Amino acid sequence: MISPLLLEIALQFFVLSLLSIGGANAVIPEIQRRVVETHHWMTDEDFAQLFALSQAAPGPNVLIVSLVGWKVAGVLGGVVAMLAMSGPSSLLTYAVAHAWERWRDAPWRIAIQRGLAPVTAGLLLSSGYILARAADHSWTAYAITGATLLLALITRLHPLWLLGVAALSGALGWV
Amino acid sequence: MPFARRMIVERRGWLSEAEFLDVLSLSQFLPGPNVVNVSIIVGRRFQGAAGAVAACAGLLLMPLVIVLSLATLYAHVSQIEAVRGACRAVSASASGLIVATALKLARPLRTASWKLVICATAFVGIALLRIPLLWMLAGLCPVSIALGWWKRA
Repeated sequence: MISPLLLEIALQFFVLSLLSIGGANAVIPEIQRRVVETHHWMTDEDFAQLFALSQAAPGPNVLIVSLVGWKVAGVLGGVVAMLAMSGPSSLLTYAVAHAWERWRDAPWRIAIQRGLAPVTAGLLLSSGYILARAADHSWTAYAITGATLLLALITRLHPLWLLGVAALSGALGWV
Repeated sequence: MPFARRMIVERRGWLSEAEFLDVLSLSQFLPGPNVVNVSIIVGRRFQGAAGAVAACAGLLLMPLVIVLSLATLYAHVSQIEAVRGACRAVSASASGLIVATALKLARPLRTASWKLVICATAFVGIALLRIPLLWMLAGLCPVSIALGWWKRA
């Protein structure tokens, strides 16, 4: 017996899979909009925490999807969400990758690529904004967001160092 | 992704650096998780459909097991104040990382004002007005691609 909740999760991420131009991080605002604002499956703070977990865990950033599924419907929900998020886009990639490589230098392909780049950048900026809004409820949290942003822009430190130092400051009760 | 590159290009020599960049740009441009798309393309190139499935499963299986175990563990310790604090701080830090990545992506857009306008429109629509992504993409992508075509000289 497949629960309606699992089907709903599958459906949500099925659609998102084909909308995720720019990768998993670019659809963060849409995931948040659907699971927090439309379906009320979790609070904004829950969402921010899941994102933190997905960033701290080893593996690709699409893992956030499985954590959202897990939060809503347990381990099975996590697996279903991951399959639904990767399935449709993978089939599409499988189908078109060959032809696409052949048209690598075609002017229309270059136009599409040039046209999508600013859209992707705007989506990713939105992700940062939505996550910061969900995560930052104190001035120390804002300070950590700002400091991480600055350090990531001007140094070549590995992101895990930044997350690690942040985790430490949080564990000490500063945030 | 840096790990995927090291594995595919440096350790196994499956692709040259240039080939990998090619696969990467295609993966970023198609919908779907980028690194999953890379695995599909590389898997297919060597072993067809079976290769694509194997590469994708190999890529996702262990991280999925680890992250779901972590999540289950986290559910048990999430009442401890130190854990909650650490998690709040990591969320704050992670959002800063995303903004940094976005700004790095946006930096080359400075050369053309239409690109900045498209980027800003996407931000206002998605982040501030909370317009559903489907409508936003349906409205913005055709305009942006048309501009990409028209200004290609």
